[in-house]
Amino acid sequence: MEAASVAQRRAAPALGVARRRIGEDAIRALLMLAALVSVLTTVGIVVALLRETLIFFGDVGVFEFLLGKEWSPVIQPQSFGVLPLVVGTVVVTGLALVIAVPLGIGSAIYLSEYASEPVRKTVKPALELLAGVPTIVFGYFALTFFTPNILQDLATLEVSIFNALSAGIVMGFMVIPTIASVAEDAMSAVPWSLREGAFGLGANRLQTSTRVVFPAALSGIVAAVVLGISRAVGETMIVLVAAGQVAALNAKVGEPHFTMTSYIAAVSKGDLAVGSIQFKTVFAVGMLLFLITLVMNATSIRFVRRYRQVYE
Amino acid sequence: MSAIGSAPRAARLRAGAFRGVLLACLGLSVLMLVVILVDIVLDGMDLISLNFLTNYASTFNQDESGIRAALLGTIWLMGVVAVFIVPVGVATAVYLEEYADSTRWFNRMIEVNIQNLAAVPSIVYGILGLAFLVRGPFGQGNVVLAGGLTLGLLVLPVVIIAGREAIRAVPSSIREGSMALGATQWQTIRRQVLPAAIPGIATGVILALSRAIGETAPLIVVGAATFVAFDPGLFSSFTALPIQIFDWIGRPPNENVDFPALAATAILVLMILLLAMNTVAIWLRNRYEQKW
Repeated sequence: MEAASVAQRRAAPALGVARRRIGEDAIRALLMLAALVSVLTTVGIVVALLRETLIFFGDVGVFEFLLGKEWSPVIQPQSFGVLPLVVGTVVVTGLALVIAVPLGIGSAIYLSEYASEPVRKTVKPALELLAGVPTIVFGYFALTFFTPNILQDLATLEVSIFNALSAGIVMGFMVIPTIASVAEDAMSAVPWSLREGAFGLGANRLQTSTRVVFPAALSGIVAAVVLGISRAVGETMIVLVAAGQVAALNAKVGEPHFTMTSYIAAVSKGDLAVGSIQFKTVFAVGMLLFLITLVMNATSIRFVRRYRQVYE
Repeated sequence: MSAIGSAPRAARLRAGAFRGVLLACLGLSVLMLVVILVDIVLDGMDLISLNFLTNYASTFNQDESGIRAALLGTIWLMGVVAVFIVPVGVATAVYLEEYADSTRWFNRMIEVNIQNLAAVPSIVYGILGLAFLVRGPFGQGNVVLAGGLTLGLLVLPVVIIAGREAIRAVPSSIREGSMALGATQWQTIRRQVLPAAIPGIATGVILALSRAIGETAPLIVVGAATFVAFDPGLFSSFTALPIQIFDWIGRPPNENVDFPALAATAILVLMILLLAMNTVAIWLRNRYEQKW
């Protein structure tokens, strides 16, 4: 009888929930804490920018800042109209896009629709290498090679040593890998059956690429371009080194231009006194820059989602 | 005569021209990379020497000038970045892939947030570092630790995204097998999932470091010094390779020192470091990549 009860006890193992393991819960909490670091980073960025920006707007009116046409935060008489910095950013970004959009999308179509596997396997890493070159190197190249040798000697243009044209074109090449790689992903995601259908109807590669694959991947390609714009807007070193440091409210590409990013870097190069108006401008301009890129990234993410939803 | 003839000449010409244009796009992009690399090598080759690596920067004597402080500063910074991003990045990746229920708003917010952070301009991270790591109640001043943490926050998304991909690539049959043998979730992750994902994670960490090593703008904002004539430590002020390069680019050459040439030489050293890191990353990926 006693033996039976022992056997019974042995035969009925606890198959229910195991005892709660405190260690497991602690580890889960710890991992979640690590994930929170990235959330805190965003909160930190917003808090840092907002705090000083609000103080800045205590000294300078919001409309004076956003609509003012003169930017002279250091030299008297002081003036805090951010438009010249915005125009400089738009000019350089525009030049970069003129280069990066056609070359990036062209490269993407070739890699996705024409290139053989070995070509793709060697060219893609080369483009990634272009993306990995530090932007200070692009800046050096724009200032010491592209402006004097290409723009002034080869193209015989009347440009200053520091000019927006050189910075914009070189920045365009920096942005190409971003656009090419995202656009290529979008086109590769278009199902083969669509291409086969087009070929079956007698279309050649040109017609298939431009009338079937390109429209089908359009939202991904738009996302690539928006991401490229956001990279160009946020790029600092090329502009700081090669585009000069003059807040100019014009679109003369052969002349020096400040952008939002290059202003921030240029003014914080010296040790800024906390509480000085120059210190506050760093945050106000930074806030504007952050908001612009935030809107672009959100747009880009939305477009990427759309093409994912269709084909996966 | 067969109904299916060859395409008309004009159409074939157009198709050929289109192909040619596409090839030119790609060719021009790659050509630019080649021109940049050749330009750097030609400009920087003459001054490179062992002295250049071991001497402090000098404004008087070109042949005595070097990148000792900048190189040490960069090594210190990369050390801080690595110590910060490896645990935090891997832990975040593990949480998001193995624990988080992606239908809950909280976890979705973390994911969208990381996507957004990856595209915030680097100079904005510099402002973050300036406000909280350099100045403010917990501020350390313009020291290596503040600079390194700023760069770490900047490249953290790279590690998280690469880590998640590596963890996702481990098939669920491995996890199920481990669980069926009675392992707890954490035991499964630590003994099965993470070891299998290490090559992918390591590749991501190296890519993050190679992004961080060339970042200049955030370091300018957190106040990296341009002239340092001592070996930096964790709590000392510092300079770094890209900062030294930036400083040299900005100085006009005089009769004693050709500063742009010094800049090119320092760029050459930076590019060689980058190339070495990328080579290790590619080697790791090819050597240890597992096909399940």
